[in-house]
Amino acid sequence: MKRLDWRRAGLGLAAPVLAIVVAFVVTTAILLLAQDPVGAVWGQLLKVPLPRQIVSVVNAATVYYISAVAVAIGFRMNLFNIGVDGQYRVASFAAAVFAGQGWLPGWLNIAVALLVAMASGAIWAGIAGLLKVGRGVSEVIATIMLNAIATYLVSFLLGKTAVKVQGSNATNTKALPADSRVPGISVDGLLATPSQVYGLIVLAVVVGLAYWFVLEKTRFGFDLRATGRSETAAVASGVNVKRMVLTSMMLSGAVAGLVGMPLLFGQDYLYGDTVQSGLGFAGIAIALLGRNNPVGIAFAALLWGYLDQQSNGLQIAAGVSDRLVLVIQGVIVLSVVIAYELVRRAGIRMEQRRVARELAAGDGLAPATQGVPA
Amino acid sequence: MSTTTRPEAPATGPTSARVTTGRHPWWFWLAVVGGAVLVLATVRVITGANDIDSAGALAAAIALAMPIGLAGLGGLWSERAGVVNIGLQGMMVLGTWGGAFFGYHYGPWVGILGAILLGVAGGAVHALATVIVGVDHIVSGVALNLLGPGVASYLAVRTFSDLPGGGPTQSPPLEKLPALSIPGVGDALTSLERSHTWLVADLAGILRALTTNVNVLTIIAIVLLVGTWYILWRTPFGLRLRSCGEAPEAAETLGVDVVRYKFVAVLISGGMAGLAGGFLVLVASNLYREGQEGGRGFIGLAAMIFGNWRPGGLAGGAVLFGYTDAIQLRGSADVIRAFLLPVGIGLILWGAWQLWRRRQGKPVTGVVTVVMGVLAMVWFLLTSRVPDEFTGMTPYVATLLVLAFASQRLRMPAADGRVYRKGEAG
Repeated sequence: MKRLDWRRAGLGLAAPVLAIVVAFVVTTAILLLAQDPVGAVWGQLLKVPLPRQIVSVVNAATVYYISAVAVAIGFRMNLFNIGVDGQYRVASFAAAVFAGQGWLPGWLNIAVALLVAMASGAIWAGIAGLLKVGRGVSEVIATIMLNAIATYLVSFLLGKTAVKVQGSNATNTKALPADSRVPGISVDGLLATPSQVYGLIVLAVVVGLAYWFVLEKTRFGFDLRATGRSETAAVASGVNVKRMVLTSMMLSGAVAGLVGMPLLFGQDYLYGDTVQSGLGFAGIAIALLGRNNPVGIAFAALLWGYLDQQSNGLQIAAGVSDRLVLVIQGVIVLSVVIAYELVRRAGIRMEQRRVARELAAGDGLAPATQGVPA
Repeated sequence: MSTTTRPEAPATGPTSARVTTGRHPWWFWLAVVGGAVLVLATVRVITGANDIDSAGALAAAIALAMPIGLAGLGGLWSERAGVVNIGLQGMMVLGTWGGAFFGYHYGPWVGILGAILLGVAGGAVHALATVIVGVDHIVSGVALNLLGPGVASYLAVRTFSDLPGGGPTQSPPLEKLPALSIPGVGDALTSLERSHTWLVADLAGILRALTTNVNVLTIIAIVLLVGTWYILWRTPFGLRLRSCGEAPEAAETLGVDVVRYKFVAVLISGGMAGLAGGFLVLVASNLYREGQEGGRGFIGLAAMIFGNWRPGGLAGGAVLFGYTDAIQLRGSADVIRAFLLPVGIGLILWGAWQLWRRRQGKPVTGVVTVVMGVLAMVWFLLTSRVPDEFTGMTPYVATLLVLAFASQRLRMPAADGRVYRKGEAG
C-alpha cells in the first residue's frame, strides 16, 4: 500500500516536471530556429532575481493565484469557467466605483467594496450559470460571449462615470480615498528592498484556505466534487445538480471578482482603461499546471510571476523580445496537459498490470481451493 | 424539455423538426431575403438613416464578414468532425503574421499561402493534442489562444523590427491584392442609389456592393464557403468526416479511419482560421498590427453557433456580424438606432405569437420577448443614437439570445467535444 502511494506521488510530480522540461526543450528549439542567442536568453530567465524583483514575483503571483482558484472551483465541478476574465473586470470596475465614492470610512469601505466585487462577479457568472441550467447552453460558449460583452459594457460605463483629469487622456474612475487604501507589507526583515508586498496577499491566503476547506472538508464540497466526477452518481445520492451548477458557477464568479482587488487597493487605487487584462486566461493555465490543488496552484502562480518578471530584462540582456515568455507559458500549458494525459494513461496501465498480476496469483489459488472439495 | 410536454408535441416532435430545418425550398430563402430588403428599405425611408444599406456600408460589411466567416468555416470543419476548436483565435493570429511575413517578402499571393500555412501549423498542434493524445478540447484550445498570439508577436518583433516602415508590433505596408468590378455597372447604380427612392435605391446599393471593387480574396472566401458545403454534404469524404462528429464508434465499425479524418479536419480548420487572419492583413488593413484580430476568432465561433453548425447559417451570421462591425466603424450610430424599430416590432409580434401558441404552457418566453420588444421600441423613441459600445456587443448578445431562446432548434454534432480513443467501438 505504502509503495503504491509513493508511486502515485511520483506519477503526480512526473507530469509537471516533464512539462517544464518539454517547455525548455521546445523553447530552445524555437530560439535556435529563429537564430536567437540561446545561452543569453536562458541566462536572463534563470538568473537569481533581485530582492525587488522577488517582491514583484510574489505580487504578481497573488493576483494569479486568486484567478486560478476561481477557475479551479469550476474545474472540480466539471465546469469550464472561461469567463473569469470578464467577471474580474466587471467586478473590479464595480468595486472601484463603489469604493471611490468613499461613502463608508476606511476599512469598512474596503470590506464592503470586496463584497461588492464578489457579488458583481457572482452575478456576471450567474448569467452563464442560469443559461446552462435553464436553457442547456454550454458554459464555455456563454462565458466567451459574456467576456466580450463585459469588455464593451465596462468601457461604456467607464465613459459614463469617468472623472476628467486636466491634461490627461486617461479615462478612469475616481481614485480611492486615502484611508481606503490597503498598505503594503514591508519585507525588509527578509529581503533588502523598500518594495512592499500587497497587503491583500492575505486575501489570496484566505481564498486558498477557504477553497481547501470548503472542497475537502464540507458536505457541500463533497457534493460538488461528486457531481464533477459523476453526475449520475451525484443525482442518485440526492444532489440537486442544477442548483449545484448554478451555485458553483456563482462561487467561481465571486472568487473571480476578487482577482483585481490586490491591484485596486494596493497599487492602482482606481479602475482605468490601462487595467491589466488577460488575468483570467492565465488563471486557466495556472489551475491546469497546479492540478486544482491549493498548494500546487501557489507554486504554478509563482512560476508564472517569475517568468513574467524575468522576461522583462530579455530585450536588454539578450536582444530578444519579452513576448518570448508568452511562448514559454503557452508551451508549458500544452505540454502539461499532454503530460498529465500520458501519465494518467501510464498510471492506468500500471494499475491494470497490478490487478492482472494479483488476479493471476489468485488464479493460482483458485484451482487449489476448488480442488479440495473435489 | 417543454417540447415534450406540450399538447401539440407529436405533430412537431424533434424528429420532424429536424427534418424540416435546413430543408426549406429555394423560394423560402428568396422570400426571406426579399422580405429583409423590403424591411430595410422601409426602415430607411421612415428613419432617414440612409447609410443603412448604402453600397459603402454594405461593401464594408462584406469585407468585414469575410474574416468572421472564414474563422467560422474553420470552426465548422473541426466541429463537424467532432473536435471543438476554441483555439481559432490563436490560429487566426498566427495567420496574420504568416500573411504579413510572406506577403511582404514574396507578394500578396504567397501571403495567402503563408497565412494558411501558419494556421495549419496551429491546427496541427491542436490536432496533436486533442486527436492523437486525447487532451480535453477546450483546454487545448485555451492553450492555443495563449500560444498563438505569443508566437506571432515574438516572430513579429524578430522579423518586422528592422524593416523600413516596420516596427516591433507592426509590419511595413503590404502590396494589395487586386479588386474586381463588373465594368459599366457602377455609375448607373450610383445615380440610382443617390435618388434615395424606396426599394430602388436599396436594390441599387446592394447590387453595387456586390459588383464593384470586390477583392479577389473575398471571392476566394465565398468559393471556400460553397466548396465547404459541397465537400461536407455532397461527397463521400464529407459524409465520413461528419460521421466522425456524430458517431465516431459507428464510423469506425464501418471502416472509417476516424483519427485520420479528425486530424485532417482540424488541419483544414486551422488553415481556414489562418486565412481569416490573412484576410485581415492582406485586405482589411494592408499591414500586420498586433491585436488587429480584435476577438474575431471568437466572433467566428459565434457565427458558426448562430448558424446552427451549417454553412448557410454561418454565412448569414457572418454577414450580420460583419454588418454591425461595419456600422460601428463608419460611425453611423443612427443606423443601429433605426434597427431598433423593426427589431422591436418583430420581438413584440414574435412574443405575441409565442404567447398564443403556448397559451396552455408557461408564458415566460413570450412575456420576456414582448418586454424586450417594448424596451427596444422605447429605446428607439427616446434616443437619437445608440452608443458605439452597444453596437460592438451586438454579435455577442445576438448569439447569447439565439442560444437562450432557440436552443431547441440548434443541433450541434452529437459527439462534438468528446475525446475519442481508437478501438473503443464494440
